[in-house]
Amino acid sequence: MDYLNQFIFGYYPYLCLTVCIIGSILRFEHGQYSWRSGSSQLLRRRQLMFGSVLFHVGILIIFLGHLGGLLTPIWVFDALGISHGAKQILAIVAGGFAGILCFIGIVLLIHRRLFDQRIWATSSFGDTAILLLLFAQLSLGLLTIFVSLNHLDGQEMVKFMEWAQRIVTFRGGAALLVADVHPIFKAHLFLGLTIFLVFPFTRLVHMLSAPVWYIGRPGYQIVRTRKQHSGNQSSVAPVK
Amino acid sequence: MSHILNRLSYFKNRVSEFSEGHGILTKEDRTWEDAYRKRWQHDKIVRSTHGVNCTGSCSWKIYVKGGIVTWETQQTDYPRTRPDLPNHEPRGCSRGASYSWYLYSGNRLKHPLVRSRLLKAWRAARAILEPVAAWASIVENPSTRASYVKVRGHGGFVRADWTEVNEIIASANAYTAKKHGPDRVIGFSPIPAMSMVSYAAGSRYLSLLGGTCMSFYDWYCDLPPASPMTWGEQTDVPESADWYNSGFLLLWGSNVPQTRTPDAHFYTEARYKGAKSVVISPDYSEASKFGDMWLSPKQGTDAALAMAFGHVILREFYLDRQVDYFQDYARKYTDMPMLVRLVKKDGRLIPDRLLRASDFNDALNEENNPDWKTVAFDEKAGRVVCPRGSIGFRWGEQGKWNLEEKAADGAETDLVISLIDRSDDAADVAFPYFGNREHDHFTGTDHPDVLERRVPVKRLQLNEGETLVATVFDLLIANYGLGRGLGGDWAAKSFDEDIPYTPAWQEKITGVPRDKVIAVARGFADNAEKTRGKSMVILGAGLNHWYHMDMNYRGIINMLVMCGCVGQSGGGWSHYVGQEKLRPQTGWLPLAFGLDWARPPRQMNSTSFFYAHSDQWRYETLEIDEILSPVAPDGNWSGSLIDFNARAERMGWLPSAPQLQRNPLEISKDAAAAGLEAKDYVARELKSGSLKMSCEDPDDPANWPRNLFVWRSNLLGSSGKGHEYFLKHLLGTSHGVQGKDLGETSGQKPEEVIWHSQAPEGKLDLLVSIDFRMSTTCVYSDIALPTATWYEKNDLNTSDMHPFIHPLSSAVDPLWECKSDWDIFKGIAKSFSEIAPEVLGVEKDVVLTPTLHDTPGELSQPFDVKDWKRGEVEPIPGKTMPAVAVVERDYPNLYKRFTALGPLMTKIGNGGKGIAWNTEHEVEHLKALNGVVTEEGPTKGMPRIDSDIDATEVILMLAPETNGEVAVKAWNALSKLTGREHAHLAASKEDEKIRFRDIVAQPRKIISSPTWSGIESEKVCYNAGYTNVHELIPWRTLTGRQQLYQDHLWMRAFGETLVVYRPPIDTKTIAPVIDGKENGNKQIVLNFITPHQKWGIHSTYTDNLLMLTLSRGGPIVWLSEDDAALAGIEDNDWVEAYNANGALTARAVVSQRIKPGMIMMYHAQEKIVNVPGSEVTGKRGGIHNSVTRTVLKPTHMIGGYAQQSYGFNYYGTVGSNRDEFVIVRKMDKVDWLEGPAKTQEAVT
Repeated sequence: MDYLNQFIFGYYPYLCLTVCIIGSILRFEHGQYSWRSGSSQLLRRRQLMFGSVLFHVGILIIFLGHLGGLLTPIWVFDALGISHGAKQILAIVAGGFAGILCFIGIVLLIHRRLFDQRIWATSSFGDTAILLLLFAQLSLGLLTIFVSLNHLDGQEMVKFMEWAQRIVTFRGGAALLVADVHPIFKAHLFLGLTIFLVFPFTRLVHMLSAPVWYIGRPGYQIVRTRKQHSGNQSSVAPVK
Repeated sequence: MSHILNRLSYFKNRVSEFSEGHGILTKEDRTWEDAYRKRWQHDKIVRSTHGVNCTGSCSWKIYVKGGIVTWETQQTDYPRTRPDLPNHEPRGCSRGASYSWYLYSGNRLKHPLVRSRLLKAWRAARAILEPVAAWASIVENPSTRASYVKVRGHGGFVRADWTEVNEIIASANAYTAKKHGPDRVIGFSPIPAMSMVSYAAGSRYLSLLGGTCMSFYDWYCDLPPASPMTWGEQTDVPESADWYNSGFLLLWGSNVPQTRTPDAHFYTEARYKGAKSVVISPDYSEASKFGDMWLSPKQGTDAALAMAFGHVILREFYLDRQVDYFQDYARKYTDMPMLVRLVKKDGRLIPDRLLRASDFNDALNEENNPDWKTVAFDEKAGRVVCPRGSIGFRWGEQGKWNLEEKAADGAETDLVISLIDRSDDAADVAFPYFGNREHDHFTGTDHPDVLERRVPVKRLQLNEGETLVATVFDLLIANYGLGRGLGGDWAAKSFDEDIPYTPAWQEKITGVPRDKVIAVARGFADNAEKTRGKSMVILGAGLNHWYHMDMNYRGIINMLVMCGCVGQSGGGWSHYVGQEKLRPQTGWLPLAFGLDWARPPRQMNSTSFFYAHSDQWRYETLEIDEILSPVAPDGNWSGSLIDFNARAERMGWLPSAPQLQRNPLEISKDAAAAGLEAKDYVARELKSGSLKMSCEDPDDPANWPRNLFVWRSNLLGSSGKGHEYFLKHLLGTSHGVQGKDLGETSGQKPEEVIWHSQAPEGKLDLLVSIDFRMSTTCVYSDIALPTATWYEKNDLNTSDMHPFIHPLSSAVDPLWECKSDWDIFKGIAKSFSEIAPEVLGVEKDVVLTPTLHDTPGELSQPFDVKDWKRGEVEPIPGKTMPAVAVVERDYPNLYKRFTALGPLMTKIGNGGKGIAWNTEHEVEHLKALNGVVTEEGPTKGMPRIDSDIDATEVILMLAPETNGEVAVKAWNALSKLTGREHAHLAASKEDEKIRFRDIVAQPRKIISSPTWSGIESEKVCYNAGYTNVHELIPWRTLTGRQQLYQDHLWMRAFGETLVVYRPPIDTKTIAPVIDGKENGNKQIVLNFITPHQKWGIHSTYTDNLLMLTLSRGGPIVWLSEDDAALAGIEDNDWVEAYNANGALTARAVVSQRIKPGMIMMYHAQEKIVNVPGSEVTGKRGGIHNSVTRTVLKPTHMIGGYAQQSYGFNYYGTVGSNRDEFVIVRKMDKVDWLEGPAKTQEAVT
């Protein structure tokens, strides 16, 4: 089983990240019209407002939690005096709360997608598949809570942090670190990597274009220059 | 630049700020904006229009981008009108704007399709046999024939290539011509005005073959028979711009904003200008909101309302006070002064026929046609004179057929319209009354059947002795129930008396309060008095689709005539129902019916044809007694409706198809063998009984129509009244007929038409349809051919609503394997010529034609009706029976004839409506323009007609409307008849010749021509009857005037000499089926009303996704809230409507708009989109015509009698459908029938 373990947790992550990054760039370059969230709100609002908001709030907390939790070097926590156990409990509580929000949301969205005839008729395979994939991943994530409750000291968690950081810093031995964790964790990791793999082929790409910059926009009127590279800036400034 | 790199330079994009930092200037990438720019960029714009039956004839810009038609927008470059008149543009509607969707849609027919069982049989036979023999082997083998006939409509199409389908079709045609006769090859295509060349393509092929072209205007029930009766004119109406000139617009049964959308702006503008408007419609239609007043009579009772209006107008503007303008108009332009003979019948005096010159012992010195010259009393001479203009002056002499106030001898006259001051006596004259007939759903009154009313009369000494006579005007006054101090019963002194036809009387029938009736009538006449006739009635299908539509129409026409509105700009009669004016008609006729090669063509009135051949007559429930007048003169009034039709055919009144029981190609040989001319031979054989007319036995296989072409039409999805009977008998496939035929119910069977106990199922050997989309008709066809859309071909289009001629022009080449109609029929003609020699050579075809209007034949039967079959008279072709002609068919050269303009245009010339002119000059022009045929053969040296554009040039060159030189010739030809100069109407345009490329550049206004009764001028809008009134050209009627009194024997027999109110007929389709088909939901019985669409033009666009999205996306019926509550139906429920004719399914729209008692279904919603199965029939839904059946009216069969003579689409039986009732209920289970076909349908 070593080779499989090495493949999935040692090499597969690079495959997934490569496809995710290059695929997204290619799609952004060549598929501008497909670069969208694919919202079905126009077709029917029903269930969408609760489902979508709960799902997005939940998944954003979870995503940012995973990102911060896994990639922040452990010494930062140590330096801040946060024990591994405390971090573990923080992850379980915050993750669990967000996970439940997200779970309610995604169940609503799945129900809507599968059983609303109008939505179903206009759904592509990808639309439905990514939703089910996220649902599976979320369910696995919630199940890990029960496993984690057995080792609140945070040692397992540290393994995952170490694994993730080795992967992104191209250090060897990452796969060995997670060789003996609970199968639920392994499945969760695998599915998580797979989501990166399919990312550029689905509507998930819309997260890269989330208009967060809007919050900090500098002016209320934006004027684009007529010329690509304007020498005389004042000549193209709008007349007041 | 790369999108991603661009994004990565995000922070460098800011160039500067302005407005104190509230605005920023950036230099970010702007290439994305090109997407929006390209959205409206295109490579070219092509002018075309929509060849759909809507009278819109709107000019459109078709945008093409990358070889693909992308969208269309309205053209705005129509020629201007004139100062103080709004312009025409822009014209168009949402339906037209959605057309480009069709081109690339899944509904598009892309390849020639053939029923697979037929194709297999064909290929098997063709492998061993010559083409015609192969076809014979298929149709002569009952089980092979049945194998594809029985599954029509059940899918099973496969692709074939053009060569193969052309060969199948040509073989079938050749076989049919050889075996049964070419008149068994039938073609149905409507409304040539919407795409003249496409129509002409098929009709030219059929006419060269000897096939039969079917009428449409009458079959659609859009022909108002009241128009030919009154004016001798099929239909002529004002253009919509003329609404603007009106002072009073009465909209009656017409829904202008919905069904005349591009013209509706003139109505709005007229309202802004200050015109009054009253809208009469049972439902709260879209037009209703335009009215100062909205009257909502019970549907089908409009004649009662019209009678009451007439009563008020006559009382206040003719009796109590005389208006000079009205009196003058009535004297000059109407038959009101004409004298009518009164005769005794059963002790009562009844109005008989109009008096003629020949009734006097000196025939009033008239030698030419004295039987056809009506007479009147002249104040100046103090005696009866023979005024000019009656139809006797039209034929056999020249120069006196006009409306000058002169007698035949040239003496000035002053005709009197009433004899009241000069009468010898006042006599009680009997008038029939029908308003008391019982009907389950229409309220009647309890007045007696016969109303005797007192009329001033004169005694005249005639050939037959002393005779009482009265003027038409005096009879009219009496008929309207107006008392004028003569005493007697049934003469109302006030509007409040309950005497037919007072405003008080009509309240009970129509439900409209009397004060409103009085107010509207007064307003209408008062405006006409002040404006000299600028009161107009816009009327439509809501009135014309009833069985007794003539009464609705004549009631309205009478109002207009009384008020002097007809022929005056801003006034008159605007009947806008399916009547697209084929403006260059006389140029088109030779091309369309092959008149350049042979005359006469074979033409048939569709209503009688389909009534006979879809065997709807076998289910007839209306008996003659129910419609016969209580004061009918003596005559042969027994038999059933089809007997009357057969009599009309054999007396030469109506056309026949097929014509004779024997093959007409054989008859010519038999005649030659007998050493007789064909006409003498046919007359002799008919008399002896050894030759029979087909109409006497429509179910004998020898008389079946065998091949049917349907193009530019959706016969089975739209106009086919009695849809389920079509499926059962004509097509022979599964159907939903619920009732039993007269054999099973022991009803009264026809007397003369032969009854077969077993009705035929599947008369057609081959049904070919040609369409650009998979319509209901295509679904039921054996072969479906893909044609070019309106953006892929070159053609011509005109309308009655505006004076322009438009092109259809090719924006892109026909997609996939589609071809233009011209090329399709050219291809079939080519195949036909190639295979014909197998069985056919140059043949002599014996062709029957009825006595025709606008020919001397219209003077064939002046007095009584005499039937040769009953021995009352000898059969004389063209006089007492159909005319018989021999036509040469050169079958091996049919293709060559098709593609060249034949020699008769030079030899005989051209003409129309009773006048003729020379066309040698035009033929020379065409040779220069189109080139001449250079190939050896019979057509060498003749002008070519190869392409569709060549064909348009033939039309444009030959028509007076598009060639000023011809117009002047035509007016001069008319001048000879009338003795008056008319050419000034076109003189200024003599050098103008409109070409196809001219109209592609910009729509062109046509040139005034005597084909029509209005003129194109800088001074007035086009208005019907204008030249009659202002040029003193007689109307083409018996009296030469607007004829309010219809004196033919059959008109008298059926009680319609003068207009009366007749309630809808009882079609008796409810009782036989109301019990026994329950589904547990409550049933109600409602009147089935089928108005024109909002989301389609007939069936076109109803399968268009854009239109489906705007409506409810499938079939709908409209119900009133009251009826819906009664039946427990809620909005959007699936409901079923059924009766003995069949059943249909639709969703319910529950609306306050609808009047209780009626259910409204926009007609022609296709069977192919979102239609579930019917619980009653077990078959897919049904269309609106699944619950209708055609019922003929005998008065429409009259022929050989002046204006009541046959003309193609001019006169004849009409297919009414609004007297029908249906049982409506909520559906219990909606079954989409999505399983495989049931075994008995799948296997034969």
